[in-house]
Amino acid sequence: MLADKDRIFRNLYGVHDWGLKGAMQRGAWDGTKAIITKGRDWIINEMKASGLRGRGGAGFPTGLKWSFMPKESTDGRPSYLVVNADESEPGTCKDREIMRHDPHLLIEGCLIAGFAMNAHTGYIYVRGEYIHERERLEAAIEQAYEAGLLGKKNKCGWDFDLYVHHGAGAYICGEETALLESLEGKKGMPRLKPPFPANVGLYGCPTTVNNVESIAVAPDILRRGAAWFSGFGRPNNAGTKLFCVSGHVNQPCNVEEAMSIPFRELIDKHCGGIRGGWDNLLACIPGGSSVPIVPAAQIVDCPMDFDALKELKSGLGTAAVIVMDKSTDVVRAIARISYFYKHESCGQCTPCREGTGWMWRVLTRMAEGRAQKKEIDLLLDVAGQVEGHTICALGDAAAWPVQGLIRHFRHDIEKRIDDYAANPHSDSVLVAAE
Amino acid sequence: MTKIVVDGKEIEVPAEYTLLQACEAAGAEIPRFCFHERLSIAGNCRMCLVELKGSPKPVASCAWAVRDCRPGPNGEPPVVNTKTPMVKKAREGVMEFLLINHPLDCPICDQGGECDLQDQAMAYGVDKSRYHENKRAVEDKYIGPLVKTIMTRCIHCTRCVRFTTEVAGVAELGAIGRGEDMEITTYLEQAMSSELQGNVIDLCPVGALTSKPYAFQARPWELTKTESVDAMDAAGSNIRVDVRGREVQRILPRLHEDVNEEWISDKSRFIWDGLRTQRLDKPYVRIKGKLVRASWSDAFAAIADKMRGLDAKKVGAIVGDLSTTEEAFAIKALMDAIGSPNLDCRQDGSVLHPKYGRASYLFNATIAGIEQADGLMIIGANPRREAPVINARIRKRWRAGDFKIGVIGEKADLTYDYAYLGAGPETLADFVKHKKAQLKKQIWLIGQGALARPDGEAVLSMFAKSVHSVGGIADGWNGFSVLHTAASRVGALDVGAVPGEGGLTATQMAKAKSLGVLFLLGADEIEVDSDAFVVYIGTHGDRGAHRADVILPAAAYTEKSGIFVNTEGRPQLAKRAAFAPGDAREDWAILRALSDVIGHKLPWDSLSALRQRMFAAHPHLAKLDQIVPADASQLAALSKLGGEAKKTGFKSPVIDFYLTNPIARASAIMAECSRLAAGKLPQAAE
Repeated sequence: MLADKDRIFRNLYGVHDWGLKGAMQRGAWDGTKAIITKGRDWIINEMKASGLRGRGGAGFPTGLKWSFMPKESTDGRPSYLVVNADESEPGTCKDREIMRHDPHLLIEGCLIAGFAMNAHTGYIYVRGEYIHERERLEAAIEQAYEAGLLGKKNKCGWDFDLYVHHGAGAYICGEETALLESLEGKKGMPRLKPPFPANVGLYGCPTTVNNVESIAVAPDILRRGAAWFSGFGRPNNAGTKLFCVSGHVNQPCNVEEAMSIPFRELIDKHCGGIRGGWDNLLACIPGGSSVPIVPAAQIVDCPMDFDALKELKSGLGTAAVIVMDKSTDVVRAIARISYFYKHESCGQCTPCREGTGWMWRVLTRMAEGRAQKKEIDLLLDVAGQVEGHTICALGDAAAWPVQGLIRHFRHDIEKRIDDYAANPHSDSVLVAAE
Repeated sequence: MTKIVVDGKEIEVPAEYTLLQACEAAGAEIPRFCFHERLSIAGNCRMCLVELKGSPKPVASCAWAVRDCRPGPNGEPPVVNTKTPMVKKAREGVMEFLLINHPLDCPICDQGGECDLQDQAMAYGVDKSRYHENKRAVEDKYIGPLVKTIMTRCIHCTRCVRFTTEVAGVAELGAIGRGEDMEITTYLEQAMSSELQGNVIDLCPVGALTSKPYAFQARPWELTKTESVDAMDAAGSNIRVDVRGREVQRILPRLHEDVNEEWISDKSRFIWDGLRTQRLDKPYVRIKGKLVRASWSDAFAAIADKMRGLDAKKVGAIVGDLSTTEEAFAIKALMDAIGSPNLDCRQDGSVLHPKYGRASYLFNATIAGIEQADGLMIIGANPRREAPVINARIRKRWRAGDFKIGVIGEKADLTYDYAYLGAGPETLADFVKHKKAQLKKQIWLIGQGALARPDGEAVLSMFAKSVHSVGGIADGWNGFSVLHTAASRVGALDVGAVPGEGGLTATQMAKAKSLGVLFLLGADEIEVDSDAFVVYIGTHGDRGAHRADVILPAAAYTEKSGIFVNTEGRPQLAKRAAFAPGDAREDWAILRALSDVIGHKLPWDSLSALRQRMFAAHPHLAKLDQIVPADASQLAALSKLGGEAKKTGFKSPVIDFYLTNPIARASAIMAECSRLAAGKLPQAAE
């Protein structure tokens, strides 16, 4: 279990002061100037050495991403830092807590990251539904300006302006290029890549888009050293991580833990175990709604990190652990997730626009059993036709839960189809609150 | 040049090529819906997916540049495969997705037979549907009187949105909603205001946007297609006229990179219903104040009667805006034979004259030259109304950046930004002794709004001085550019259809009290206010026919063969696509017959003989589709004209884009568009 001294987010639960004074007591803004004095290369090398992988879901090494930015502007274009706070992945609520309770970690991180990538301007794109968080973040930025930590000629030695942009509430705007489009005032539709944002990003200028958590952990990594951070977790999966555990556990919670903590330990230590005991565990979605579901037998002793979950053909994603016990109608659960992706598809490219609706419709029937067994393979085929054929990763995100369901719960679907066929005159089951 | 291997074939292509272009260069066919050469890349249909070695996923070839490909581990050129099972599967998958919500209404769809979706489903799809859910239905939108929408058929390629935003310059089409609820609309269901909107019909790869006037008229395979040239403006857009039986069913653009690319204006496209109405199909003779149907011989007899013993000086002729060059040449020959100097093709009163040299009335910079230019001054013209296709070219250049545009004349929405310098000659005077501009390739565009006025010569002189002083004419570049509004004008000026020594101009003839007989060769834009005996040779019951004493029914531009010389001096051959109605005849034949009747028989018996004569007299007209550059040194003489210019501002001669000629005025579609543009027609959302 992660010791309290090793926690980066020491006010995750909001019991202390979120403001500048409280944050400084907890160590934020300590030696920021010294870090900046050490120079750009040192910061990027330290970030690379720390082994931090992007916390937004894809797990791309953060230090490497920063190093893609041009060191000097050769053509007069400024560089931009954009922080992706459009945390919309169902099950995920880590960035929310950071912005609510420890906003200064994020702000300090923005300044340092801005320095590391030669950006004097940063934008934080906050999810449309996060109204309170946006207000808190704005207040914190105001405090930082008043204290002379941000802005021109600030105490930290790097001119940096930080702006909060409030989204309008669209899942797709969490995709980095759609986010940039939205930030530019256009419709949130992903751009074609290449060119990548590091070359042509916001307003056509070099831009790096980072997740809130990736940025917020940066100052502590640089203060305590890369070796400290990389000491947690298995190789290539270093550091501490916020886990958002929801679903059928006794105490759902957000918790900062070391990477590669076994699933069983995570649930037992922090969440009071599975509802009804471990024998009652059916399955788990380990990284937010878009990653494939993993059945109980495979997940219980799995280390929660990028590589171990990838071996299970799932993923760590945002580390939003959704636990399902045996009372779960897993087909309906995935059908509901499928509806979410159908609803949030931007409609730009064909496979996602048409495929998400198709998958949702078939799944909805399957949840009732009103389908044919050959349609299971059809569904798998359709999911395969969506995956990898779209402009952005939403197509993949829509296909993976369906593929996971069929991979592990085909027998459930078949049984339901059989049951339905055996009793064709039954009334459909009424469900509360529908 | 970069090496790339496509389907095992190594080729060299420029690095900025997209994979799609590279594949085509290698001879591999790539299906596509959203990609269009003249629009920005959307990459959204995903039909053009190809396999790129090293990439785990198939890549959209339309959006992936050759320079984006990484070479192999030992520096091998990138490898692209378009025929592998992975590509086949990807195409089938996309095709299936496109079809699941596409209605199976091909039998009642106007796109049937020329539908990209149909064709590509045949080539790249599978033979049956696996989709058993309900199909999506989308409400049809009103987007104007020209474009019919059946939005259920839309495959969301956004070509129409990109066209209106980028080429037409009006951001009126867009998509609302998202995911499968995305819908293309003009937001509040208003009519589009662009005069190029008809092009979205051609761009739409499916039957979602079709031609409203042409709805349910014909199938593409029933139509006889004739490649011709448009006469609605002086741009000389290349068109294809589709005819079934005797009637023109529709007009489509034809590709010509140097003229219209692949766009035509709405007037060019939707004029065809005007070819059916108000037509003159019988000769008429005015008896006791009323026009009475007559035979050709009676009509000719009436003319011969009037001509007999008439002083040659008392005969006049005006060439109209839709006449071919052959006709202008023929009537010039006829007037010469009669011995009358009273001939003019400039019914708008323009001062352009071949005596100042051919360079003085051409768009010397050429239309394609607009793209090389670095500056443009528009004087007394509204290119958007006078030649929308040329305006689209200007906008294209403007979008590419580093293009300075100035306007002297009316303030108008030209679809691009410009510096408004002033209203009239006073502003132009500032440039007469201007220092040389930094720009290397300037275009100085002057419209008839500055030239067709009493002080036109003074303005022309000032204009020539200005072009010289700012350096608009340099080595290998002639920026002196006249924008014409009439399709016939340059050709008629080329053959010298202007008043001879002591002859009357069109304006003078229209007012002269002394004229005995006045021939109007399709001249409808001029009010004839003289007591002359008017012989109208034309197609429609328009202004000229109302004034006429004898009407000789002629052929419209789709019903005859002839050369039109466009504003840049490019002779192009318009071909006959249909026959003139009733007793109407081709104009050259009428003139030939008339010449015989009045005793000055013209020396040819066929159109080709006439053409040979014309080519002999004016060899440059024989060089079809070629611009013979005019001698820029002649322009210096223009500067010496001098004269006093008035202070009144320039006004574009085209006030109503949709009603500029007799065919357009007979068209119900053009009338509707005109009322809509004037705000007189209530729209769906009101």
